[in-house]
Amino acid sequence: MPEKLAARFGDGLLFRQVELAEIEDAIEACYARGWTDGLPVVPPTPELVLRMLQGTQRAPDEVVGLAPPDYVECAVEKVAINAVLAGCKPEYLPLVLAAVEAAFLDAFAMQGVLATTYFSSPVVIVNGPVVQRIGMNSGINALGQGNRANATIGRALQLVIRNVGGGRPGGVNRAVLGNPGKYTFCFAESEENSPWESLAVERGFAAEASTVTLFAGDGVQAVMDQISREPESLARSFAASLRTVCRTKMVQASDALLVISPEHARIFRDAGWSKTRLKEELHALLQLTQEEIVRGAGGIAEGMPPEMIQDVMSKFRPEGSVIVHADGTSGMFSAIIGGWPNAGPRGTTPVTVSIKH
Amino acid sequence: MTTQNLTLLDPTSERTPANRSRVPRPVTLDGLTIGLLDISKARGNIFLTHLAGLLEQRGLNVKRYRKPTYTRVAPTDLQQTIATECDVVIEALAD
Repeated sequence: MPEKLAARFGDGLLFRQVELAEIEDAIEACYARGWTDGLPVVPPTPELVLRMLQGTQRAPDEVVGLAPPDYVECAVEKVAINAVLAGCKPEYLPLVLAAVEAAFLDAFAMQGVLATTYFSSPVVIVNGPVVQRIGMNSGINALGQGNRANATIGRALQLVIRNVGGGRPGGVNRAVLGNPGKYTFCFAESEENSPWESLAVERGFAAEASTVTLFAGDGVQAVMDQISREPESLARSFAASLRTVCRTKMVQASDALLVISPEHARIFRDAGWSKTRLKEELHALLQLTQEEIVRGAGGIAEGMPPEMIQDVMSKFRPEGSVIVHADGTSGMFSAIIGGWPNAGPRGTTPVTVSIKH
Repeated sequence: MTTQNLTLLDPTSERTPANRSRVPRPVTLDGLTIGLLDISKARGNIFLTHLAGLLEQRGLNVKRYRKPTYTRVAPTDLQQTIATECDVVIEALAD
């Protein structure tokens, strides 16, 4: 009710209001104006936007940053409007704002991730107490559909890039094929029963902090290993699958996000392997020889030019694997999400920001 | 009975891009300075070196530029330098 009164009598909204014609359907009107990702959106009425803004203490006119690719100022209220479109609840707004802030950081290179012909798009990983507070899914089907917060937070970020930044498929978004994660790709890490410190703690945040991490990633590739019971065997199994990121002969191009489920994680836990140990073992297993990756090897013309190859080359840069734990209960499956093949300071690096209320 | 029409908040940047007409294509390259922009994509420099040779054979004035990385927009300083020093620009975009 307060929003209804504020919408009628207040002066709280900053941005342009579009009055629909009497016979216009609100959802169709949003399509007609190009505001959607292809799925229906929630029409952003003044009441809903005012209610959304209740989710944060940040001022509606606070500029979050410059939205690529057009590099236009993006204020909190614009993010709130797009969060309404996406179907968010007001309590999700601080996460959406954090995700938007992270995407605008130079280190993430959102403009390049959008403009690329490759598949990549932001993958949003949430850590900390906020996960339980707003009921995010870090469990069964964590990477899939069915949870409102997971679904709409990732979608809101995409809609900000589309609507505020002006990044649209066929425009600056030049993906040859894209990937379904460009609608939304957001999940929470399952921290409680993880054998390791959380992604946020690993990246220097306090355990009680709530954070959003962005990884420029592609689709989900399964790693199904139901036989390995020793960490060495499972690490080799992961490494063999990780070779295929981008293409088996590609080296030092992409990072990789590895989402490990409990039945795989327990093998490392039981053997006392830290996350660092697993990363080091994977790095050691992913040293590829000239004979494997050179052009023409295996009867495949594609490959590294001979003059660019050292004797042995690492598949990933040393800091290039990102490991999180998601609690899909039973099943000896993990997932690889390959990264944009421009990893590092000259391209993209994963970014983490804390969530402000 | 009158009903109030529904109002929605605009989720876009509300920008109306100015319509700027393109600079007309030059009839000839004679006397013009041609900028060759390498965006740091693999082998772009090889392509542009070949192109520079062909243009110079025709007695044309060529200047070379390089973006630090193709993953980001060109620095403003570089954009302004090219705009100041060149009449025409050729960019090597693909791998």
